[in-house]
Amino acid sequence: MSDTTAHEKQELVQLLTPEGELTEHPDYPLDISAEEIRALYRDLVLVRRVDSEAVSLQRQGELGLWASLLGQEAAQIGSGRALREDDMAFPSYREHGVAWCRGIEPKELLGMFRGVTNGGWDPHDRGFHLYTIVIGSQALHATGYAMGVQRDGAVGEDGTAVISYFGDGATSQGDTNEAFNFASVNNAPVVFFCQNNQWAISEPPERQARVPIYRRAAGFGFPGLLVDGNDVLACLAVTRAALDNAREGNGPTLIEAFTYRMGAHTTNDDPTRYRASGELDEWKAKDPILRVRRYLEQSGLADEEFFASVDAEADKLGEQVRTECRALPDPEPLDIFHEVYAEPNVQIDHQRSEFAEYLASFEGVGAEGGR
Amino acid sequence: MGTNLTIGKAINAGLRAAMEHDPKTLIMGEDVGRLGGVFRVTDGLYKDFGADRVIDTPLAESGIVGTAIGMAMRGYRPVVEIQFDGFFFPATNQTFTQLAKMRRRSAGKLSMPVVMRIPYGGGIGAVEHHSESPEAYFTHTAGLRVVTVANPEDAYWMIQQAVRSDDPVIFLEPKRRYYEKAEVDTGASFAEAVPMGAARVARPGTDVTLLAYGPMVKTALQAAEADTDRSIEVIDLRSLSPVDYPTLFASVRKTGRMVVAHEAPLSGGPGGEIAARVTEECFYHLESPVIRVAAFDTPYPQSRLEEHYLPDLDRVLDGVDRAFAY
Repeated sequence: MSDTTAHEKQELVQLLTPEGELTEHPDYPLDISAEEIRALYRDLVLVRRVDSEAVSLQRQGELGLWASLLGQEAAQIGSGRALREDDMAFPSYREHGVAWCRGIEPKELLGMFRGVTNGGWDPHDRGFHLYTIVIGSQALHATGYAMGVQRDGAVGEDGTAVISYFGDGATSQGDTNEAFNFASVNNAPVVFFCQNNQWAISEPPERQARVPIYRRAAGFGFPGLLVDGNDVLACLAVTRAALDNAREGNGPTLIEAFTYRMGAHTTNDDPTRYRASGELDEWKAKDPILRVRRYLEQSGLADEEFFASVDAEADKLGEQVRTECRALPDPEPLDIFHEVYAEPNVQIDHQRSEFAEYLASFEGVGAEGGR
Repeated sequence: MGTNLTIGKAINAGLRAAMEHDPKTLIMGEDVGRLGGVFRVTDGLYKDFGADRVIDTPLAESGIVGTAIGMAMRGYRPVVEIQFDGFFFPATNQTFTQLAKMRRRSAGKLSMPVVMRIPYGGGIGAVEHHSESPEAYFTHTAGLRVVTVANPEDAYWMIQQAVRSDDPVIFLEPKRRYYEKAEVDTGASFAEAVPMGAARVARPGTDVTLLAYGPMVKTALQAAEADTDRSIEVIDLRSLSPVDYPTLFASVRKTGRMVVAHEAPLSGGPGGEIAARVTEECFYHLESPVIRVAAFDTPYPQSRLEEHYLPDLDRVLDGVDRAFAY
């Protein structure tokens, strides 16, 4: 563990310290306006609000489950804002910040956790694939998509890059490793963005592997790098560079964003059973939002009025999320049979008509029901 | 105007036609390129269509199916070859949790026009994992279509229909019948080919319906030929999911008896579900229970035992006898 930490310090890309001070990195010169930094701050705050509202909605019984992104906002907003419109992202199920950047509305995410959809947005519309729950599966989809991009000739300066999100736990999955290998062999324009949030439910990274995640890329034949996942500027810079590298035909990159899951794995989880509370305090000092605020304040690039307006916007968004969540309509029983196949299917059609008949048999039956 | 083709060559010709028809059609798999596949089913395609469309992949079945899903999302129609039935299993996650469910997950926004070709079934004297009949795993999974072929004509047309389908299709190829030959009218119109979802009466009869698919169709036809006492109607199921029940019901209502034969193990095999449905829908026409002739509920045995394990002509005839014992 101490070795890992030493390496982290040496190789970690960081452009904004927890104290809110800019640092320089030879490979990633900061090229960003004050307005862009304020916009990133706004993203971070708003996404955290969506997340905390969702946790509350789950507590109130409005959602069946929620997977909180608390603590991972910078990794997601930084990488998400690095994407171009034509780029394609393949998320796991905690990428609410990336979803935000891609224009997925909070209510679309909530629909899935409320149980009214399985996702259901059009991945092509906004360059954001559906949430994938089986760990690591989407890394292969991203790689295949990138192989399609190559066949379309969409590689080059104006080309399309693909990004796959996953967590530290997913690096143990065969699919993730097969994706690394397929991407490498094909030199596919894909970036693997691993949010190492230190906990795969209850298992720490040392239960997944003996080497730091980013160093595994070398064995597959492409670069891997470690970035401060709580530093939105560094995440933006390294992801943009990796995406450009991919789109220009130079193949994949693995980015390990070193961050921390400040909340539970999901609303069903109880992290007090497996981690010490001191750990959370340590990471609170490295909070991804706090450091941007400090920087904006210290540099005079934003005033109280700006922060107040973002807070007001967050309050408004919170109210909107609550209202929209409660208004999500329950699907109709016969929706069970929808969109299983593209083409007519006699078996499904038969079962649908039988079930419709069965449902109709209750029409006009009194509240006591039954036969 | 026919061409004499084996089943293997007919699939090859069908794949070629599919690739000529739609430039988005790709072939992916282990050894499908330079080698032309271990059964040579993709022979010559690499040479004529190039490495971008006939892709020799790393040796990882999950990777092949998973990347095919991504290619399909990008607008391609990948035809994936799984080298042998027993090697499908590493790809189960991608097939069952992703490929089959993507359409539903996306509320119809995404289609998965992926074909998974799998040589299946026994009878070739192979080592373990090269002789299995995994069809029930697929038919039990919503979102997949499952078809199999028994003759070169179907092989040629159904592979093309599978490629043009917007649903994922598991295309099961009866490997011990790869070298069966027949005339195929490759110049006929695609639109006039029998739909791949339809069952086919392979030999009309009046006394008992004998249902088979894939490698067992030939055995069933031999049984019908051999049984001079009864008129056996042989049906080639062709599509295992969905099943063309109306054709089955019509036959059973005529004959009053049904025998289902398959190489897959008995319990939980396709025959059980078909027997249950036929019993429900044709109860008053049945003169006897639906009889199943299948492999045993054991692992596929070493090849020196496979002739006892696989239902053969005598076992099928014995099944027909049982149907007349009531």
